[in-house]
Amino acid sequence: MAKNTLSSRFRKVDIDEFDENKFVDDHDEPADQQGPDAVEVDNLIRQGDMMAALHIALRNPPINSRNPAIKERAQAVVLRVLTSFKSSDIEPAVKSLNKNGVDLLMRYIYKGFERPTENSSAILLQWHEKAFAVGGLGSIVRVMTARKTV
Amino acid sequence: MSYHSFLLEPISCHAWNKDRTQIALCPNNHEVHIYKKDGNNWSKIHVLKEHNGQVTGIDWAPESNRIVTCGTDRNAYVWTLKGDVWKPTLVILRINRAARCVKWSPKENKFAVGSGSRLISVCYFEQDNDWWVCKHIKKPIRSTILCLDWHPNNILLAAGSCDFKCRIFSAYIKEVEEKPAPTAWGSKMPFGEVMFESTGTSGWVHGVCFSDSGNRVAWASHDSTVAVAEGGKTAVCASLTSETLPLLCVTFITENSLVAAGHDCYPVLFVYDSNKAAMSFGGKLDVPKQSAQKGMTARERFQNLDKKATTDSKEAVLESVHKNSISQISILNGGKAQCAKFCTTGMDGGMAIWDVKTLESAMKDLKIV
Repeated sequence: MAKNTLSSRFRKVDIDEFDENKFVDDHDEPADQQGPDAVEVDNLIRQGDMMAALHIALRNPPINSRNPAIKERAQAVVLRVLTSFKSSDIEPAVKSLNKNGVDLLMRYIYKGFERPTENSSAILLQWHEKAFAVGGLGSIVRVMTARKTV
Repeated sequence: MSYHSFLLEPISCHAWNKDRTQIALCPNNHEVHIYKKDGNNWSKIHVLKEHNGQVTGIDWAPESNRIVTCGTDRNAYVWTLKGDVWKPTLVILRINRAARCVKWSPKENKFAVGSGSRLISVCYFEQDNDWWVCKHIKKPIRSTILCLDWHPNNILLAAGSCDFKCRIFSAYIKEVEEKPAPTAWGSKMPFGEVMFESTGTSGWVHGVCFSDSGNRVAWASHDSTVAVAEGGKTAVCASLTSETLPLLCVTFITENSLVAAGHDCYPVLFVYDSNKAAMSFGGKLDVPKQSAQKGMTARERFQNLDKKATTDSKEAVLESVHKNSISQISILNGGKAQCAKFCTTGMDGGMAIWDVKTLESAMKDLKIV
């Protein structure tokens, strides 16, 4: 067959970047969202105050931040808290959250599913079941339709 | 509440005539079928064949008895009844993507078409040329327009779009009407002006509705929320997240109460409290007759555990009247101020008519304010 003698460089061009009608999200200013305070959360876990640790871990979610390091750090903190919980304590912990808290918890849970580790999936599934009982399908839909990740 | 199953295919869209004896609907193909009520049955009396693509929107003007339809073939037709036949008139919308929704204005001298071309075509009849002409509203729309609703003043138009925003535009056409009086949404209303743009909810806006006075607008978006905004110096927004699947259509039944329905296959009531600027869940409007709970034998329990890993006895059968998502809701009697009956059609090819008084008495705790 005839050999392709012309340049194939055009095949590597991302045509969507040049689409003048491409949809670009509104960029909210990255508020000073540093994610939850890891030190405070650590202290509370060591003291055994799991409820407070959860509430602190769910504060200041780095939603608007464009820095992936901050997001990684926040995810790690929340995952630590979630795995340190005893199975029987999960349900009352979820019940103590308000609507926004449950939605935020769901977002962290799904973020945790993306990178499974040794036993994180099992714990996350338990959390998912309890959070689903409170938040319903709506909370999962909100995770799926959110334009910015936690 | 009555339910009639028209077809096996989804009903893409429907519209009622003025005295609610005839319904025009699209059976998920290129045609529009008009059914007439015949006692307890419905008989098909007309088939309107002109579109080359699926008909995505139908609206029936009550006073002038004209039907406007729009479809994925990028066209809209205005149908007038001549004797016993509906005659179409093509309207050139100048769009290059499918049309998605169409609505007559309250005075029926204009209609608006939302399309995938990221614009709204506002069409009016030009007497000199004996032809429908359209004007485009383009900025700042950035994605498909999914739903439209007119303000009672015939000028303002609410549009829900796939760019996650609900907006109110001015569709003032100086050729056919007078300058409008100021409203709660603003006083300067040149054509295409954005009077309001929503913030706070994400997700495609599937359904939008003005209240009867026009001072409030409600929209349902794909992130399972429903929101109401009230016009004023600064528009006040109140939204409610729900635990259900996303809602596809919403309508006001009184100034403070909304009914919405969607992928969960049953209509739901929401109540808006303007003093607190907050919305609350009013109740599920579809209480199925309680079927007798059969006891489960030990064998059935074990089988369930084996097959589905649960001992739950709930069968995978929907208990609601509609067996598939509800895609459109329309008011039959009473208008948006004191609705007495409303109608829902859905993907199960069925149409259900709901009586507000019966619902109120059937469900205690249901308060329609």
